[in-house]
Amino acid sequence: MQPPSEHVHWLFATGFLLLGLCLLGEAIVGTEVWRRRAWRAYLWPGLAFALGVLMWPVMTFYTNSAIHMIAHGAWAQMLMIAGAAELGLVRGKLQSQWWRLAVTAGFLVSGSALLVHEQNAWFFQRSSFLHHLMGWTMVVAAIFPLARAIKPRSQVAATGFALTFVVAAVMLYCDRDVAPVFGHISELAGTPHR
Amino acid sequence: MNAELVSELKAPLQRAATRARIISTLGPATALAGIGWALVQPYRITLLHPRGQDFWWLFVEPPLLVIAVGLFFHFVVVPGLLEDLEEEHAAAK
Repeated sequence: MQPPSEHVHWLFATGFLLLGLCLLGEAIVGTEVWRRRAWRAYLWPGLAFALGVLMWPVMTFYTNSAIHMIAHGAWAQMLMIAGAAELGLVRGKLQSQWWRLAVTAGFLVSGSALLVHEQNAWFFQRSSFLHHLMGWTMVVAAIFPLARAIKPRSQVAATGFALTFVVAAVMLYCDRDVAPVFGHISELAGTPHR
Repeated sequence: MNAELVSELKAPLQRAATRARIISTLGPATALAGIGWALVQPYRITLLHPRGQDFWWLFVEPPLLVIAVGLFFHFVVVPGLLEDLEEEHAAAK
């Protein structure tokens, strides 16, 4: 009953898309309006924490290699730390806005994990390409949570942060276990899926 | 009433209306993207050719998931958000 790894990517993509839309909503209406209802205030940090928790079964059941396990484990821990820091900020248990840097670290670790655990070159096949692309996207997009920590009211930072999740969702939906990328696939990649 | 004052009062009103309009289009735009994707790549909806498929291929249908996210956002998240936006604007007046 274990889902193929591409299905796991698509399910994570769905979570990311919903998260992206909610963050975009917050960027549009402003944090004050967004936080008028408690469930909305806790949605983003709660989802980030939940994604971290869900990364543990991914680490356990999709252990193709030691580097996969270490990357997924580090990723799970960092997502949980980032989610917990944001939960603390929303709840008021944490006061300093610098706790928001945990999300910046989360982005950097997520990007690095994607890059490190992809051992094939960009054009080996589609999932290799997408892992490299997503990795660099997350590393570069770390600028947005950093800007949010420095200037919490910045509209550009909030919108960029939200759109990063939407873009990540699109890339995850494009993922296939074995498929050509731009018409190219390595002979070593295996039989392409539909 | 002073014309300058009227335009000052109108600006936040227009801003709130624009925000409400943008928020209201996010869900339908996402659902439309999912419909467009389903039309362009119908083979990604395994339910259309279910014979011989296992549980996961029938359960996880990416274009339908995109449509579902758009509808969920529009019907579950947006109504409360619009109410709160209106209340905030009324309080500011």
